[in-house]
Amino acid sequence: MRPLTSKRVAVICLGLGAVLFAAVVVSLRMGAYPIAVSDIVKGLVQGALGRWDDIPAENRLVIFGLRLPRIALGVLVGASLATSGAGFQALLRNPLADPYVLGVSSGAALGAILSLIAAPHAAGLIQLAAFVGALATIAVVYLLGRRGGQLDSATLLLAGIITASFLSAVIMFLMTTLSGRDLRGMAFWLMGDLQTISSVNVKWLYLVMAIALGCIYSTASDLNLILTGEQEARHLGVNVERVKLVVYVGASVLTGLAVSVSGAIGYVGLLVPHLMRMIFGTDYRLLIPTSAIGGAILIVVADTLARTVVAPTELPVGAMTALAGAPVFIYLMRRRVR
Amino acid sequence: MSAAPAMPAAGNTPSVKVEQVTYAYAATDRSAPKFTLGPATFEANRRELIAILGPNASGKSTLLRLLAGLAKPLAGRIEIDGTEVGQLDLRTRARRIALVQQESELLFPLRVWEYVLQGRYPHGRRLRFESDEDCLLAGNALAQVGADALRDRWMDRLSGGEKQRVILARALAQQPSLLLLDEPTQHLDIGGKVELLRRLRKLADESRYTVIVVTHELDLAAEFADRVVLLQKGKCLSVGTAAEVYDPAVLAEVFEAPIDVEMRASGRPRVILRGNP
Repeated sequence: MRPLTSKRVAVICLGLGAVLFAAVVVSLRMGAYPIAVSDIVKGLVQGALGRWDDIPAENRLVIFGLRLPRIALGVLVGASLATSGAGFQALLRNPLADPYVLGVSSGAALGAILSLIAAPHAAGLIQLAAFVGALATIAVVYLLGRRGGQLDSATLLLAGIITASFLSAVIMFLMTTLSGRDLRGMAFWLMGDLQTISSVNVKWLYLVMAIALGCIYSTASDLNLILTGEQEARHLGVNVERVKLVVYVGASVLTGLAVSVSGAIGYVGLLVPHLMRMIFGTDYRLLIPTSAIGGAILIVVADTLARTVVAPTELPVGAMTALAGAPVFIYLMRRRVR
Repeated sequence: MSAAPAMPAAGNTPSVKVEQVTYAYAATDRSAPKFTLGPATFEANRRELIAILGPNASGKSTLLRLLAGLAKPLAGRIEIDGTEVGQLDLRTRARRIALVQQESELLFPLRVWEYVLQGRYPHGRRLRFESDEDCLLAGNALAQVGADALRDRWMDRLSGGEKQRVILARALAQQPSLLLLDEPTQHLDIGGKVELLRRLRKLADESRYTVIVVTHELDLAAEFADRVVLLQKGKCLSVGTAAEVYDPAVLAEVFEAPIDVEMRASGRPRVILRGNP
C-alpha cells in the first residue's frame, strides 16, 4: 500500500516542468534566425531576473519579442485543453470525452466568431463569448446524451459528434457569407493556430487559467470517487452536484480560453490525460497537474514542428496534433487491453 | 487500532430508529405515485443484524435508500444515534452510515488498496492525501474481511466473492456505526453466501456494528438475523424474530409460492418448499 503523497506530486511535476523547460528552449532555438542554446538559457535567466540590458538586442527581440509570446500561448492552450479533457472524462465517466470530440471546442469557436463579427475590437469579449459557447454546448450535449434519465456513454459521444458537425456547418456558413474578410486566416484559426492572436494580454489569460485550474484541482479527490460511480461517491460524502458544477464551468472556461486564442486544436484533451494515466496512474490529484504540464509540452513540441517541418511555410498546430495524435491514440487503445 | 465504529452508542438508545416512515415516488410531480411505502416502524440496536425481506418490488431497496439518507421520507422520522438522517451533512452521514451496493463498473483500473482507501474520504479534508493512520485503518478493514492477500490485486480481476469482500472492506474503512447492505449475496454461490453472513454476524457481535441487510435469502436470514422486517407491496407487514414473522400462510401469500415453515430445535425456523401433492 503506497498512497499518493503531496511530495510525490511535487517531485513528478518538477520533473515534467524540467521537460517543458527543455521543450521551450528547443522551440526558442528553432527558426530562421539562429541563436545558440547557451544564449537562449542565458537570455531567459537574465530576463527572469529583470536584467534586460545585459541581453544582446537581436536576441532580446527574437526570444522575447517573436518566439516566446507564441510559446507562452502554446503553454496556455495545451495546459487548458488537457485539463479540461481530464475533467470531462471524469464527469461524464467516459474515457473518450474531450472538448473537441464533445463539440465543446466548436461551440467555443462559434461563440468566438460571433463576437468577432459583432464587435471585432472589443478586448476580452472573444474569450467571454468562447466561454459562453463552450458552456452552452456542453449543456446541450449533456442533455442529448441522456437516455432514460441516465447518461449513456455511446449516446453522449454521438451527441457530441453530431453537435460538433452541426456547429462546424454553422461556422462554415458564417465564413462563406463573410467572404471578403480574412478567410484564410479564419480557416487557419479554425484548424488551430497560434499565430493569429497578437493583441490579447497574455497575463490576464494566464490568471484566468490559473483560477480555473485551481478550482478543478480542488475537486481532485472528489473526482477520484466520482470515477467509481456517482451514487457511490454520494454515499462516501461527496457533494456530487457541486463538484459537477465547478468542473463543468472550469473546463468550459479553459476550453473557451484555449479556443479563443488558438482555434479548435483537437486530440490534446484526449491524448494527454490518457498518456499521463498510463505513466502515473489514474489518481486525479496527480493526473490534473501532470496533464496540464503534459498538454503544454505537447503543444510546444507540435507548434515547433508546425513551423519548422515545411519552413518557411507554416502548418496549423491543430493539424500537427491530429496527425500525431490519431495514430498514437489508436496504438495506445490497442495496447491498453491488459 | 481497528476499523471498528468510531463512536460508541450512548447508553441503551437504539442505534437506528424508524418511526412511521412513508415514502412515495411518481414519474412526474403531478401524476399519481407509482410506488408507495410504509408506514414502516422498527428499531435496530448496536450488535444487531436486521434482515429486510420481501419479494421483488416490495420496497426493500427503497427502505434501504431511506435509511442511507439518499431519499427523504414523505412523513415520519429516521434517526441514527439520536440524529435525524436528513439533518446530517454529507460527510457526517458518510462517517456514520456505510452503504454496500452492487458494485458499479469501474472506468479505469484500480488496485484493491486504492479502492479501500476511498472509504477514508469522509474523514479527511479536501484534497486530502492519505495519512499513515488511513493506511492502517484500510489495512485493518481488509484484514477484518479476510482479504489481506488481495491488497495489490486489480479490482477488475477479482472473483465475485472477493469483490464483495473488498467492497465490504471499503465500507468498514468508513468506520460507520451502521452498515447497510443491498442484496450482498446476489452474485455469490451458497458457500460465499454463508461465509458473508457469518462475517456480518461477527462484525455485529464483536465490532458493535448495527447491520441491516436487504436479502432474498429467507433461510440465511432466519439463521443469522436477530430480527427481520417483512415487506409486501410497499407495506411493512411484520417486524420481529424470524420465528415470529415466518408464518407459513403469510410467507406463502407474500412470496406467492408453496412455502412451509419448519421450526428447528435451535428456535430458528427453516423454510421449505412444498412439493406437488
